[in-house]
Amino acid sequence: MNLHGVRAIYHFELSRWFRTLGQSIAAPVISTSLYFIVFGAAIGARMGQVEGVSFGAFIVPGLVMLTLLTESISNASFGIHMPRFSGTIYEVLSAPVSAFEVVLGYVGAAATKSVLLGLLILATARLFVPYTIAHPFLMVIFLVLTAVTFCLFGFIIGIWADGFEKLQVIPVLVVTPLAFLGGSFYSISMLPPVWQKVALLNPVVYLVSGFRWSFFETADVGVGVSLAMMGLFLTLCLAAIWWIFRTGYRLKS
Amino acid sequence: MSSEVDPIISVRGLTKTYATGFQALRGIDLEIRRGEIFALLGPNGAGKSTLINIICGIVNPGTGTVLVDGHDVVRDYRLARQAIGLVPQELHTDMFERVRDTVAFSRGLFGRPPDTAFIERVLRQVSLWDKRDAKIMTLSGGMKRRVMLAKALAHEPRILFLDEPTAGVDVELRRGMWDLVRNLRAEGVTIILTTHYIEEAEEMADRIGIINHGEIRLVDDTAALLQKLGRRELRLQLQQPLAALPPALAGLPLQLAGDGNELVYAFDASGGGTGIAGLLAALQAQGIEFRDLATRESSLEDIFVGLLREGARS
Repeated sequence: MNLHGVRAIYHFELSRWFRTLGQSIAAPVISTSLYFIVFGAAIGARMGQVEGVSFGAFIVPGLVMLTLLTESISNASFGIHMPRFSGTIYEVLSAPVSAFEVVLGYVGAAATKSVLLGLLILATARLFVPYTIAHPFLMVIFLVLTAVTFCLFGFIIGIWADGFEKLQVIPVLVVTPLAFLGGSFYSISMLPPVWQKVALLNPVVYLVSGFRWSFFETADVGVGVSLAMMGLFLTLCLAAIWWIFRTGYRLKS
Repeated sequence: MSSEVDPIISVRGLTKTYATGFQALRGIDLEIRRGEIFALLGPNGAGKSTLINIICGIVNPGTGTVLVDGHDVVRDYRLARQAIGLVPQELHTDMFERVRDTVAFSRGLFGRPPDTAFIERVLRQVSLWDKRDAKIMTLSGGMKRRVMLAKALAHEPRILFLDEPTAGVDVELRRGMWDLVRNLRAEGVTIILTTHYIEEAEEMADRIGIINHGEIRLVDDTAALLQKLGRRELRLQLQQPLAALPPALAGLPLQLAGDGNELVYAFDASGGGTGIAGLLAALQAQGIEFRDLATRESSLEDIFVGLLREGARS
């Protein structure tokens, strides 16, 4: 195991983040605050309660998930796409690091950023609405699992994309709609029965539902189902990455 | 090819066909001796970069084996790659990184523990210590190339690949690069360079390999190569131009040039007799006078062009 190599990649990626720390932190904090001003204060005041929780508090887990998903994908995809774009990937490919070590460095750094951001948004939300976390340990597990899974997904996109436009396609056309329709701002049970069934095809529903359960013990699907679905998605991402490195897809000819 | 004792790199039957169907390497056999400077010479698309990239792990090999210091580049990739430093042809750098950080990154990536003293030594070696805290984007092209060299040396490799090290570098920097390479060799580093500049190979290399159409066409000591294939020419500037060669001279390797003002006599430098004395006597007998004469040794470039023509004919 080349731990120095993993450390070098991890450190490189984090320092890239710290160079632009202002915008890295300001952007999600500001957008979260805007959501709370609009949905929490302006609209939320007239919404009453959802499943026994005030609307402002109800959307906290959803908002964290929304940011976590988009930031994980964009961070991780950019992190591996940039060296491919600039050509500096040659060094990683010629280094005595295994595929696992490369992924550990890049995805580990991206997931670290995502988890820190998630915690930052939770802290920001606390300024607007009071909420309690029923199962803090499980909450952290969901946070970390989601960060890792979607950073892996971002890593795959960063390798698949052969240009900066494509880097944006999946997040904008797929992930954002799924995240918005995944129950970030509402409970699936508020939908007409047919759409409740359709919603179950959306993987984000399971993430938001499970994460929300760790806060308020209310969920659209069972928490075990949520964990199982996350495990499934994580496995799919790992399988895709295993295939990428085995075939050299878009990395080695 | 003679088999070497304990070669540091050993390539056997290496082929590579890209997904496009392009056959970049067609059975390469090559051994690099420990501690030598080896120049790989060939035109664009000959397979130089493919060969280097396979040895360094950037391109997957087709069939055949590559051993680096006895380690298979696929099976024992860690040990093989640890021994190698690579300076690629293109200037790929992280623009926003500082010089010192990017060199430290390379050292870590190749599995070496941090060592600021060694990083300092490398940066001084490539005359970049003054620029250690500069962002790479602020450096000139020549400095960026030296940053790449420092990155390649950061993990103390025993083998250094330089892919076109002096492409687009001015004369002074090129000399500096050559000195640096010689110093590294003196420290025991084996150096493999590819180049378009034949002068560079002639000046630097202990041995030269010529590659074209994915095959090694020739490997030999630089001096021996020059001698073996070196044709010399004798050029005679005539007093009076000749319309045609007199029949008496027809049997000799002579050519008229420069609108009949010049006679060019080709001879083999390695052979015993050059035949020059006979030529001069024959000229005198024909009453052909000349006002000046010069001999010229064919350069590696001529040899190279000759080989490529041969290859094209076969």
